[in-house]
Amino acid sequence: MTRTLATGPDIRGPAAGPAPHRRPPERSALGRHQARAGMLFTAPAMVLFLVFTVLPVAGAFGLSFTAYDVLTPPSWAGLANYGRLLEDDTFLTTLKNILYYCAMFVPAMIAISLVLALALSRRLPGMAIFRTVYFIPVVTSPVAAATVWAWMLNSHYGPVNEILGYFGIPGPAWVGDGSTAMVSIVIVTLWQGVGSNMLIYLAGLQNVPAHLYEAAALDGAGRWRSFLHITWPSLRTTTFFVTTLSLIGAFQLFDQAYVMTKGGPGNTTLTPVYQIYETGFNRLQMGYASAQAFTLFIIIVAVTVINMRVNRDQVPE
Amino acid sequence: MKTSMTTGMTTGMTTGTATGTTARTIRLVLGRTAFYGVLSVVGLFMLLPFLWSLSTSLKPDEDIIALPIRWLPGSITFEHYWSAFTTVPFARHFANSMLLAVAGVATNVLLGALAGYAFARLAFRGNRLLFRLLLASMMVPPVVTLVPSFVIVRSMPLVGGNDIAGQGGAGLLNTYWAVILPGAVGAFAVFMMRQFFLALPKDLGEAARVDGCREFRIFWSIYLPLCRPALATLSVFTFVAGWNGFLWPLIVLNDPDMMTIQMSLAAFSFNQKTDYGPLMAGSIVAMVPTLLLFAFGQRYLTRGLAFTGTGSK
Repeated sequence: MTRTLATGPDIRGPAAGPAPHRRPPERSALGRHQARAGMLFTAPAMVLFLVFTVLPVAGAFGLSFTAYDVLTPPSWAGLANYGRLLEDDTFLTTLKNILYYCAMFVPAMIAISLVLALALSRRLPGMAIFRTVYFIPVVTSPVAAATVWAWMLNSHYGPVNEILGYFGIPGPAWVGDGSTAMVSIVIVTLWQGVGSNMLIYLAGLQNVPAHLYEAAALDGAGRWRSFLHITWPSLRTTTFFVTTLSLIGAFQLFDQAYVMTKGGPGNTTLTPVYQIYETGFNRLQMGYASAQAFTLFIIIVAVTVINMRVNRDQVPE
Repeated sequence: MKTSMTTGMTTGMTTGTATGTTARTIRLVLGRTAFYGVLSVVGLFMLLPFLWSLSTSLKPDEDIIALPIRWLPGSITFEHYWSAFTTVPFARHFANSMLLAVAGVATNVLLGALAGYAFARLAFRGNRLLFRLLLASMMVPPVVTLVPSFVIVRSMPLVGGNDIAGQGGAGLLNTYWAVILPGAVGAFAVFMMRQFFLALPKDLGEAARVDGCREFRIFWSIYLPLCRPALATLSVFTFVAGWNGFLWPLIVLNDPDMMTIQMSLAAFSFNQKTDYGPLMAGSIVAMVPTLLLFAFGQRYLTRGLAFTGTGSK
């Protein structure tokens, strides 16, 4: 989660800003010095970028056509890995699992972070405190959080079922039961992620022009109608951004599944990244793991594109 | 939201009678109470894992597994912390994580600022192209590069018993470099610093430049001191990401002495699944550094997040 957070891309492309002044390069001594400095300053970052990002992306594609066990040099396997993928029931299960997870996680994430942002955007005392409290889980270690939550969701001695009991609700076995294990992971990841998206929505809400609300109030629009006709449409880019980030993060679910359930019970929480980890690093089938990773990449790109289309269609131009 | 509410209130007050105003006040008070009540319940939900793990870590064993559950320890004991640090080399793993996270901060801040400055202020061939490439790379999910990055780290030539072709040894596996180098400068760091330098006035450096000042001096003595807020934000972000990182260290570090605290905790929770006292003590220790950093650097974190959200300059 934090990783997504820290590398959150600006999906609207290069942010606006004056492009570096384009004077005819290398004409003057000053220009030459600047050009040399520019290359020198960017060199360390670019070399690392080349070795640990560009090369691996190309490598992932290349490796996916090989059989490679790390110990002996890779041998060409053609499309064999992809053929095997089509018949790999476990990988198909992981894809189903992650879609099920996304279907629960993403809508809940949007709804909760938006509602919290709307609540905390009211100019009332104490809002900053709540904002801080809701944000704390974001910086918490996912592994530690998952460990603690597994204990919180313990069916006998955990506080969650105890609290449910106060209301007469019999608590489920959570991570111990195939039908609720994924729900448990949804709860934990929501707990951990809502704070950051809430802040993004809060920033988005500040950009909604106040005069729109005034006009709506004059027209006698209630709160719900002004939300529906002003707030929600104005937050379109923000919602798109939050949805995209959540989807990309959700498809790469690993830490919580690894710590809380080990993919179980009965593979119900096995995720694609977990499977890639197993294939590549436990079974040392690097070629096949690359094919799996590349397939996941294509799926993530496809889902992002669909998400983009859906968002564009919603705009009443 | 707020504007529509106040407008509604004032119109209500001017048209309403005295009793209408009282009813309105009562409704407002009730509404506010409910509002704060719901926010507090959500807040409690957010804090419960911290409170519960802290409580468990301080309880004697018989209090941990008790029915009905005991919210607070009957008596306080630190034995679970002691056993967490003695059954596994937890202190060593803590130190490993600290070293890796701090190294990540240092390299990201330094290299990110250097490259960000160059992209923002220096005209050189390939400036735009390289920057766009960097930006595009942020869209690549980390899982794609997992396997090849491992292969690259393992095949680093002339280290860890490798020959010049990168064969024969373990390369950088099981060294700190295996984590430090791939994470040394994220595209996010460069992007963020570039946006910050763009927002600084351009003519600051021009005068020095005309006077024949070297570009590095201009960067180091004129522009860099002005970016303290951005550097602080980047530091906090990088530290949190580095400290909490799990999958990559899990792959490249196998030696028990090299493990990070997150790996240590995950292994611990796998081996001693029911030993909740030490497990919660370990979790608390694994959570504390980023929480402390958050307590002191909150404004930097939230500012950085707003930055990613709005993509503002």
